[in-house]
Amino acid sequence: MSGTPDDTKPVNFTVKAPVYLQIGDAKADTAHSGVCVVDVNLPFGKPVNIEEVTFKNYYTAYVTVRLLRRNPKQEAPAKWCTAVRDLPLMDNPHTEGGSQDYYTIHRTQMQVEPDHVVCARLILRQPSLAWLTFSLEDIKIFPHTEPDPEKEVSDWLSDLTLTDQHPDLEGLPDPQTVSSSIQQMWALTEVMQTNQTTASIGRFDVDGCYDISLLSLT
Amino acid sequence: MRMDEGIELSLTIAQIIQRLRGSHLHSQIERQAKECLHQPDVKLESLKEDVRSFLKTSGWERKLQNAVYRELQLPPRHPPAPPEHLKEPLVYMRKAQASWEKRVLKSLNSMSTELGVPLAHMRPAAEQKELTNKWNEMGTDEPDLSRFRPVYAPKDFLEVLIGLRNPNHDSSEDISVRSHWGLIQVPLNVRDIPHLREAYSELNLTSGQMGIDDHALIHPAVLCTHSLFCLHVSCVVVMEEDSAAAQQYSRQGCPTGLRADLWALILNATNQPQDVMHYEQLKAGVIQHNLLVDNLIYKDVKLTASNDDYYFVFEDFLYQVLLCFSRDTAVLEHFKYNSATPPKSYIQGEIISVIPFHGFSMYVAPLCFLYNEPSKLYNVFREMYIRYFFRLHSISSHPSGILSLCLQFERLLQTHLPQLFYHLRQIGVQPLRLAFKWMVRAFSGYLSTDQLLLLWDRILGYDSLEVVAVLAAAVFAFRAENLMEVTSLASAEAVLADLSTLKVMPLIQVFLFATAM
Repeated sequence: MSGTPDDTKPVNFTVKAPVYLQIGDAKADTAHSGVCVVDVNLPFGKPVNIEEVTFKNYYTAYVTVRLLRRNPKQEAPAKWCTAVRDLPLMDNPHTEGGSQDYYTIHRTQMQVEPDHVVCARLILRQPSLAWLTFSLEDIKIFPHTEPDPEKEVSDWLSDLTLTDQHPDLEGLPDPQTVSSSIQQMWALTEVMQTNQTTASIGRFDVDGCYDISLLSLT
Repeated sequence: MRMDEGIELSLTIAQIIQRLRGSHLHSQIERQAKECLHQPDVKLESLKEDVRSFLKTSGWERKLQNAVYRELQLPPRHPPAPPEHLKEPLVYMRKAQASWEKRVLKSLNSMSTELGVPLAHMRPAAEQKELTNKWNEMGTDEPDLSRFRPVYAPKDFLEVLIGLRNPNHDSSEDISVRSHWGLIQVPLNVRDIPHLREAYSELNLTSGQMGIDDHALIHPAVLCTHSLFCLHVSCVVVMEEDSAAAQQYSRQGCPTGLRADLWALILNATNQPQDVMHYEQLKAGVIQHNLLVDNLIYKDVKLTASNDDYYFVFEDFLYQVLLCFSRDTAVLEHFKYNSATPPKSYIQGEIISVIPFHGFSMYVAPLCFLYNEPSKLYNVFREMYIRYFFRLHSISSHPSGILSLCLQFERLLQTHLPQLFYHLRQIGVQPLRLAFKWMVRAFSGYLSTDQLLLLWDRILGYDSLEVVAVLAAAVFAFRAENLMEVTSLASAEAVLADLSTLKVMPLIQVFLFATAM
C-alpha cells in the first residue's frame, strides 16, 4: 500500500484567494452565481504526483477538481484535465448534512492519473440560497510515495507456534539472564533520569575508597 | 461513498480492532484460546484452525460478532477529523452545547451556595450504616426536599433549541416559508413520509405487529399459529444470542415474556460478574458520599414516578439505579466516541456524569417492569441512556437528536396537516410547545406502559428515535378534528392531556402508510 498521510507531509503550495464568480457587472448588487474557483499553485519546477487531497468543507455542495499536468518526457505544453467532477459533499445543498465535514479524495477516486501535476483548480458549487457563504478550508495535497515492501500482518495466534530455539552457547552467559539484567539496568537509568538533581555528587569516601554502590539514588 | 470501498472497509476493520483490543472480551477470548490447548483435538500442526473452530463451537465467535456489531453502531471515522468533530461536526452546535452545559453547572453551583449545601460531602459513619441497612427501601425516607428545585425543566431546554441559529444561514430571504411557521430555525435534513415508508417498511399495514394482531379479533386458530410462530422465532433468537437478529425481530414488537431478554441482547447488556462488581462499587460510592445531585434525584422521583399510577411501586428501584448512575464515570468513557458530551463536572475530585432534570427518572421507570435484579436493571438502563436517551437532552445535529426530532415533527405537521398547523398558529399555539414534553421523555409517563414498551421496541429495532417524532405527529393527526375546534392554548392542552388510551402502533401505521400523498 502507498504511504499514508501519517507518514508523509503535505506539499507546500500557495493558494490564491478564492474567486467567487459573479453574474452581471463586477460592481454593485450582483447575484451570487453559487460558483467559486480556488487555484492551487504547486511549487514551480517541481511537478507533484498526488496521493490524495484533503480538506475541510464549509457549506460547499459540490466540488470539481481539475489538474494541469505536464508530461516531463514529451515537449508538449501542459494540459488541463478533470480529475473529479461534481463530487457531492453535502447530501442536500439546503441542509446541514456534510456541511462542515472533513474529506479525502484519493488518487484511486480520480478519473485520471494525478501525476506530474503543476497546478490544481478546485471549482466549488453551492446552488442553494440558504447560505451566506461557502468555501473549503485547510486544503492539503499529499504526494505519492513509493510503496513499502510487503509486510506480513502478524497474527497473535501465530505467536503460539513459535518454537524455542536454543543456539549453541559455549562459554557464553545465558541470554535470558543477560537480557533481564540489561532490563534492570535500563530501568535504573530511567529512574535516575527522572530524579536528576543539580547537587554535586561529591566524593563518597568510605574508608578511603570510592564505592559506586554508595551513590545516593534519591 | 467518499473513499474507495476497499480502503474504507480496511480502515473500519482497523478501527474496530483498535477498540476491541485490550477489552475484557479480548482477554476472555485469549484465555479461552490458551485453555483449549489442553484439549486433545487441538493439534499443533493445525493449531490456528483448531483454535478457531473451538472458539466457534463454544460460542465465543458469536460473542465476538456481537461485540463487533455493537462497535459498528458507532460512527465511522475519517483519519483527518479531530475527536470533537466526530462527536458533532457543526461548530455552532458544539458551542451551543458547551454553553448550555456551563449554564446548567452554574445553576447547580448557585443552588449549592444559596442553600448552603456542599456539592459533595462524605457521610458520617452512622449515616453510612443506616443507608446500607435501608438500601432496599429508600422510598420510606421522607427527607425535607422543599428547598431543592430541579436544575432545569424541559421547557427551559426548548427555549435554548428555539434560539439556535446557524451563523452562515441566510434568513433574510423568504426562501422557505415553512421555516417561519415553526419554532426550529436550523436547517437539518429530516425525512418525510415517502422516505419513512421505505425505512420503516416492517410497520406496513399488511405486516403483523405484536400488540395488534395478537388480539382477540382474529380467529383463535390463526391467532395461536401466528403467536406461536413469533414466539418460536424469538425463542430461537434468544437461544442463539444473536444481537442483529434480535434487533431485526424487535421491529415488529417483542412478545411480553421475551422482551427483557431480547432487549438485553440488542443492547449487549450482560450481567456478568464484572458488571455486578461495577454496580456494587457504585453502590459503595453512594453510601460513602452524599452528592447535592442526590437530593435532586430524590425530588425528581418523588415528584414524577412516585405520583404515577403505573410506576410508584418501583420507587426504591429508581433510587438504586439513579443514585449509582449519577456517579458512573464509565458512562463518560462512551461519550468519547458518541456525540455530545453530557453535562458533567468535577465535584471535589469526583466526576458526576449526568445532572438530572425534571422528569429524568421517567427514563428508568418503564424498565422496572422488565428487570427486577438491580444490577441487570442498571446495566440495561445505562445502555439505553448512552445509546438513545442522552440525545433527548443534548444539542446536536444527529438524526436522533432532539433538535432533529423537533424539526421533523414540525415538518410532518406542516406538510400533511397544514390546515391544523395554520389554525393552531392563528390561535397563538405552537404545536411543538405541546409535543416537546412527550418527545423529551420518549413518551414515558404519557402512554400506558404496554404501549410505551411497544414504542421502545421500535426504538431499539430501528436504532433510532425517529418513531418518537412520528408518533407525536400521529397523535396530532388522530386528534385533529378536536384540535380544529379549539380556540385557546388551554383547550388545546386539554385535548392532548390524556394519551393513556392511545394504541401506539395503529396510529403510527395509519400516519405513515395511509396518509394521502
